[in-house]
Formats: sequence, structure tokens, C-alpha cells
Amino acid sequence: MAVSEATSTSDPVGKSVRRVDVFDKLTGAATFTDDIQFGPNLYHARLARSPHAHALIKRIDTSKALEVPGVKAVVTGQDAPELVGMYLVDRPVLARERVRYFGEPVAGVVATSESIAEEASRLVEVEYEELPAVFEPMDAIKPDAPLIHPDLGEYKVVPFIFPEPGTNISEHFRLRKGDVESAWPKCDAIVEMTFGLPQIQHVPLEPHVSVALWEASGEVTLWTSTQSPHAQRDLIAQSIGIPHGNLRVMSPYVGGGFGGKAGVTMEASAVVLARAVKGHPVKLRMTREEEFVGTTMRQSLVAQTKIGCDAEGNLLAMETEYYFGGGAYNDYGVNIARAAGYSCTGPYDIPNVKGDSCSVYTNLPIGGPMRGFGMPEIHWGIEQIMDQLAEKIGMDPAEFRRRNCVKTGDTILTGMEMPAIDVAACVDKVTDAIDWDKREKPSAPHKRRGKGIAIMWKAPAMPPNPGSSAVVRFNEDGTLNVEIGAQELGQGAFTVAAQMAAQALGLPFEWVRVVGPIDTKYSPYEWQTVASRITWSMGNAVKAAAEDARRQILDVVAETWDETPEDLDIKDGVVISYRSEREQPLKEMVIYGLPKEDTEGWRGGPIVGRGSFMPTYVTNLDFDTGQGPRAVVHYTVGAQAVDLEVDTETGEIDFLKIASAYDVGKAINPDLIMTQIEGGAVHGLSSAFEALRFDERGRPLNQSMVDYRIASAVDVPKEIHGDYVETPLEDGPWGARGVGEHVMVQTAPAIANAINDALGIRFNDLPLSAEKIFLALQERGEKKA
Amino acid sequence: MGSHPITVTVNGAKERLNVQSNETLLQMLRERLALTGTKNGCSAGECGACTILMNGEPVNACMVLAVEADGADIVTVEGLAKDGQLNALQEAFAEQNAVQCGFCTPGVLISAHALLERNPHPTEEETKLALVGNLCRCTGYLRLVEAVQAASEKAAPSAPMKGDA
Repeated sequence: MAVSEATSTSDPVGKSVRRVDVFDKLTGAATFTDDIQFGPNLYHARLARSPHAHALIKRIDTSKALEVPGVKAVVTGQDAPELVGMYLVDRPVLARERVRYFGEPVAGVVATSESIAEEASRLVEVEYEELPAVFEPMDAIKPDAPLIHPDLGEYKVVPFIFPEPGTNISEHFRLRKGDVESAWPKCDAIVEMTFGLPQIQHVPLEPHVSVALWEASGEVTLWTSTQSPHAQRDLIAQSIGIPHGNLRVMSPYVGGGFGGKAGVTMEASAVVLARAVKGHPVKLRMTREEEFVGTTMRQSLVAQTKIGCDAEGNLLAMETEYYFGGGAYNDYGVNIARAAGYSCTGPYDIPNVKGDSCSVYTNLPIGGPMRGFGMPEIHWGIEQIMDQLAEKIGMDPAEFRRRNCVKTGDTILTGMEMPAIDVAACVDKVTDAIDWDKREKPSAPHKRRGKGIAIMWKAPAMPPNPGSSAVVRFNEDGTLNVEIGAQELGQGAFTVAAQMAAQALGLPFEWVRVVGPIDTKYSPYEWQTVASRITWSMGNAVKAAAEDARRQILDVVAETWDETPEDLDIKDGVVISYRSEREQPLKEMVIYGLPKEDTEGWRGGPIVGRGSFMPTYVTNLDFDTGQGPRAVVHYTVGAQAVDLEVDTETGEIDFLKIASAYDVGKAINPDLIMTQIEGGAVHGLSSAFEALRFDERGRPLNQSMVDYRIASAVDVPKEIHGDYVETPLEDGPWGARGVGEHVMVQTAPAIANAINDALGIRFNDLPLSAEKIFLALQERGEKKA
Repeated sequence: MGSHPITVTVNGAKERLNVQSNETLLQMLRERLALTGTKNGCSAGECGACTILMNGEPVNACMVLAVEADGADIVTVEGLAKDGQLNALQEAFAEQNAVQCGFCTPGVLISAHALLERNPHPTEEETKLALVGNLCRCTGYLRLVEAVQAASEKAAPSAPMKGDA
């Protein structure tokens, strides 16, 4: 599908209009944080990092670092005692008393150049007393495991997260529905398996970068590459004790986020370093090497899962335990374990469920949100078990899913009624797209062909009440500025905001500008650009703001014409009356108002529309059972099918086709959905082959893009087929719900199911690799090397 | 560490600069000339975000010292559009929706531009190989390849092939 440049697009919602950011991004004009020019007043910072996975800090000597010419300040945890965090405030800005992972920042150096700061950071002398470390979540939950956070009971925590002080468990979510024990004897097929996924990294092409300026007046400005300008204002202000009004967070275009730039990662460090050199902006830029240890990672997972069904293929019971390896700090990760807990069945209607989902501290880099937020991790196991159950009872895996998938109005595992969605329609679309029923021949005798399917669900995982707001303001010529706090990460948020404002106001799409960069001093509040919530939540706010402006305009015109607003409309920037057929262009009147007909004075004035949206209906869940009237706002669902070939002589996989279909409610911009589907399929494919590796002391082994490979242009499937279903979401703008994360959630298990179809071999642990597949084939004696 | 006078042509304009011995071409472009369209994704020649043309060849600017650029002809992403008009390749990227976050885009455009200069009608496989050094986490690459193919189809089929194609 191609998008073409039009000069006047009426009613843009539902049309594949051109991205509003495309010209700047194609010409090098798009500004990212590192591109902002600060002049010679700018200082540079580097962090000194822990060489141990777990140790007590006995002494820090900064004197040698301070002697280096050009060094302006050295800051340690003693100077910055603050803790920061989203859900569980457990993370020091700079380590104090104790380090909990290799690479944890213990000091920051500010200097006149990056190379001086780098040199001096190596001269910070730290005396450590090493402590026993623990790296695997299953080891960390043992009673005799080294305790990583002795102060767990003292940390500030939101009311829906339940840490277990005295252990390494930072959150434990319990789901109890029906009675699994009495259900097992009724099952004709049961599959019980353990699955594992390693920590992986987001690898956005733009490394994290922040510039902080602490002025003598106490005003603080943070320029940063983030998905969360407003959440950073709130969390950093609270943590560091800056009045919210004194902290301004500005964020231009973000060079890829994928969750890695959500919440607060390294930004608070820049702020405490800037506090030491007031009046100078301080730039803290992660090297690519630091990206792999000094930001956040997707958490590892060990899943022990048992699912059973009857001979007709009806799912009867599921029992599962999820242990997320959360790394050294779980300030954000605790909510991933919670989300995996209340969605622990995947998109299935199962009458008896016992689920336990825990996040567990380990002495590894910080776990945090990544595209899918726990769902790719749990679907890896669930979707492989479903295939095996189908096989055991002799049912087609796609049919098994159609039969058991969650449907509109079902009472789902938390007791909530499922809002309208259509999983089965997504299954139909992807099975059609890859000729599911047709066995196809491999392209060579030493190759094996296989097809696999997987389905998914994901709800936005967030506090019950995250808000969005928007303001629309006109220019004299009738063009419109849309102000939002949602961030453009590449997903197309600005384009969708412009489409929605134009649609709701009756303007051509090309008349709308989205105001950037996001600046908490001027941009309306947006909780965070996360959870695939922007099209839905921001969209509702933008629509409300545009409708507010529309109402104001129609009131002025109706009064002037002595008509009623109900008889008026706005089309292509002109107010029209269906009654009198009069017309009034918006130009000028949206700023200067209209003269009264008797020429005695004026009506109206500058039109400013405002809109807010916040879900008000999400409830608490019972601590012991996870039951409650409304666990989440809604779910987005989808299906993927994979057609591949395995080379039995090398173990290498040729991806012939990935077909994806998601229920998006309403496609605001169909081609932007396709770009998410394509990028997500490759991200999901790549993720199946990725792993952060550590040595026995917790030191990272693959901190580069050569040693940690992400998919390149030659690794992609020959074809990606994207499609969508439109079952409207009750409270979505034009019925829309988000799809940005969902597109990669079930790719890895769909691949695993296709490999099994090709070879009859299952892999319970990620990452996959050609070597692993080759060795598995050898072990089976299929092929001699 | 000394400083060295160099003369270099960047996007058609001749520049005289004093550069440091250890200064990379990427630093020179971004920090001296404020040509920030060329991105720093790894400083290690791994990601391709800083790809520029040096005497017609695509290179990672982070792996070239500024002194090595003495006398060279450099083209960055800022040199592709003329008078506010996207060139055919950029237009194809816009039409194919081949841009998401935009951070890899400048390097991808330069690699693709270099490919089409030496091979005006590449196959899909040749295009993928030409982009293998440009990592992208957003698009899944297929749109990038489609955009290059579309730009190549628009080029006159009689365009002269260069000897090294």
C-alpha cells in the first residue's frame, strides 16, 4: 500500500494520509535530543559504574577525578540520596551503600568535554566488599538466597503492588478462578511444561540522552529522549524534591522507544549532576555499550505452566507460575508481573485457573517495560502448550483456538466482562493468508517446511486512572495547532492526532499542525506514551478538544445568523447551514470573531478547544484471588501465522511469510497500522533470537550491536501480510484501540509452532539459534554434519 | 594532540576547518558544521546511522577521522533535497511510508542513494544487501526495500550504468 501526497484531504479518519513528520525525517531536519545546540556553556557527564554484581560500597574517593583539568564536579550517592521509581520506589539515582548489578552507576563526573569526563570517571576510586550474588529468579526465590533489598518493606509503593519484605519477591499477583484441583481429573489431555526467556534489550537506534540545566533560581529544565515527559516531571520532582512547577521536561522526536524510554531510566542522574554545576546544561549520553547495561531490559521469565482440555477440545483448567527475573530494581517491572498475572491465561476462556505471577530481584541489569509488557513472555509458553493440546486430541490448532478463544461478553479470568473483540476473525484472516490447510513442499530435499499459528491478547497495563489532555488553537487563516503531550516515537501519534482533530472539526487534514517538541511547560498533560494507549486515550482527548472548538464556532455563527447550531456543520473549513445554505469560512472568524448583522459590535473571539480523557471505571482486584469487576480498560487481540523452511544441514530458518491480523476497533490510518504490523513482526522475529549474556559473575558479555544482533535487512521474511478487523471499542475515538505493541507479542511462539510443524522438535527456551536447531536435529540423528 | 587545517567539500560547499587528531568525521559534521541529520547510534561502525557519502562511497562517519576527509567530497542527508523539494528517493520513502522514528533514515537514504548511483536498477536481494549495514528497529525493512525499488523504477531505464556496478 502506498500513501500519496494530497493537498486537501476531507474526512481524514480512516484514510492512509501521509505522516506529518515525514519531510523533516527525510531531510535531516527532524530534531532529536542530541541534536539540540547548547553552545560553549554545555558541560558533559559520564558515569562511573560498578564492576561487581553485588557489593557493599565501603569508601569512595573522588579526589583524583577532581584533579583532572576540566572536571567541574564529581557526584556520588552520598550527594544524591534520592530514590526514584514508577510503581515501587526502590532505585537510587546513584548507588549508595550497596551496588546490585554490574554497571550500576556509583558516581557521575561533570567536565568541559565528554573525553575529560570519561577519563576522570575512571579515576573515581571505590572500595567494595563483594556480596554473594544471584542471577536466576528460581534461585533468588529460595529462602537462603542473598537478600538484594533488605529495605524492601520501607519503600514507597502504589496500593495495587504487593512486595514481600524479607524475600527477593517485589510483587506477587494471585489469580484464582473456579477449582483447578477438581478439574484435572476431567481432562482428557494435559500438557505441563517449563519455559524460559532471557533478558533482552530494546535496542532503539537512538541511545538514551538527557541534558539537564539547574538554574540558580531553582528552575530545572530537562531535555531528554523519552516516552514519558509528564511522568518524568512527576517522578523526578517527587524524588529530588523539585516543585513540579519548577521542573520542565522537553522532549523532541524520540529515535525509537519500545518501552526502553518509558518512566525514568537514566534521566534523574543528569538532574542530580546538573544540581552540582548550577547554570550549566549537563549532557549525559549513553554509549551503545552502556545501553546494554545502564538502561532497562526486558525481564527474563521462567514459566511453569499446566493446561488441560477434554476430548472435544474444550479447555478446562490452567495452573501457572510466572517468575520474572526483574534485575536489580523493579520499580517499573512489578507492574509487568501484575499484568502477566491478571492476563495469565492468554486470550482463552478457561473455567478453572490458578495463577501466580511474581517479579523477583536478581543481580542483573534493571528489568523494565518493553513492547508487549509481559505478554510476549507469557504467550511463548501458553501458545506452545495450546498447540500440543490440539495435537493430543487430534484437533487442528487453528480450530482449537477458534473454539477456546475469549469472546465478547465472556466473564474472563478476573471476573470482568470481555469488551467487544473478535479473535476468531483474526484467526480466519491469517490462516487464509498462509493457506493454512495446504501442506506445501520445501524448496529443496534437505529443507523442511512448517506452518505455525499463535493468538494473543494484551490490555493497556497502567494505573487505573492515567489521563490524557489536548488543546486546539486556531491560526488566523483557519489552520489549527493541536497541542498534545503524547510523544512521536515513530508509531505515528502526531499524524493520528492531526487526523482526529481535522475529522472532528471539519477541516482538511493538511490544515492541522501538531505542536512539538513535547514540553511539560506548554504541552497538555499526558500520562505516558506507553501501553498502546495513545490512539485511544489521547485520541479521545483530541476529539473532545476539537468538538469543544467546533461547538464554540457553531454557537457564534448560529447566533450571528439567528439559526440553531444543530442546523450547522463545518465542511472543509467552512461553516455551512443546512437550513439557509449560508456559508462562513473559518478563516479570520476563528480569531477575530464575526461582526453582528446590525454592525453594532462583534461576537466570538479566538477559539480554543480543550479536551480531557481519563478512564474512571477500572476497579481494584482482590488480593487473594485477583477478582474484581473491571481489571483493565480493554484488550486488543490478534493472530499471527508463520510459514517457514528449516535447512536441516545448517539449522537456519528461511521465513517465507508472516501473516498478522489484529482487532483494532477502527483503523484511523490503515497504512500506519500496516507499518506497525510489519515492524512488529520483524521485531518479534528478531526477539526470538536475542539474549543478553552474562558470565558467572553477572558481567555482560555482549554489549554491542555486533555481539547482540538485531534483525538486519537480510533477516526479514520474504513477505509480511498485514490485516485488521474492526470491532468498535465502546469508548474509543471512532471505536479505535491501540495495536503498537501487540504486533510482536505472539511472533516467537508462532515461529516455534512452525518449527515444530516442520521438524517435530519443540524449543522451550529462548533464544532460538541455527546452532540450537542443528544440534537438536543431530541429537535426533536426522542429519550427520 | 594537534589540530590540523583541512579543506573539505560538504554538500557542495567548500569548508576550511581546523580539526583535532582524534576527531571523527561524524563529530566534525555534527559538532562543527551542525549537520545533525547524520546520527550517532553507536560510534563503533555497527549501526549505520551515520552513513554519509565520501567521494561517492557510503561510509560510517564515526569510523573516519576528520583529517582523512581533507580534500574529500562529502554528502550528508542534508544534501539530498534541493530547494525544499524531496528527491526521487526521498519521495519514494514518503510514498511507501518507509519512515518511523526517523533515526536510521538519514543513513538508510545515503546507502540507498549510493546503491542507485552504482546500480540504478537493483534487484530486491541487491537492495537488501546494500542496506545490511543500516540497522532499523522500527520498520522491519521491507518498506525500505520497496521504497528503493520504487525509486529505481522511476529512474529512466536507459540511465547509464557506471563501470563498477
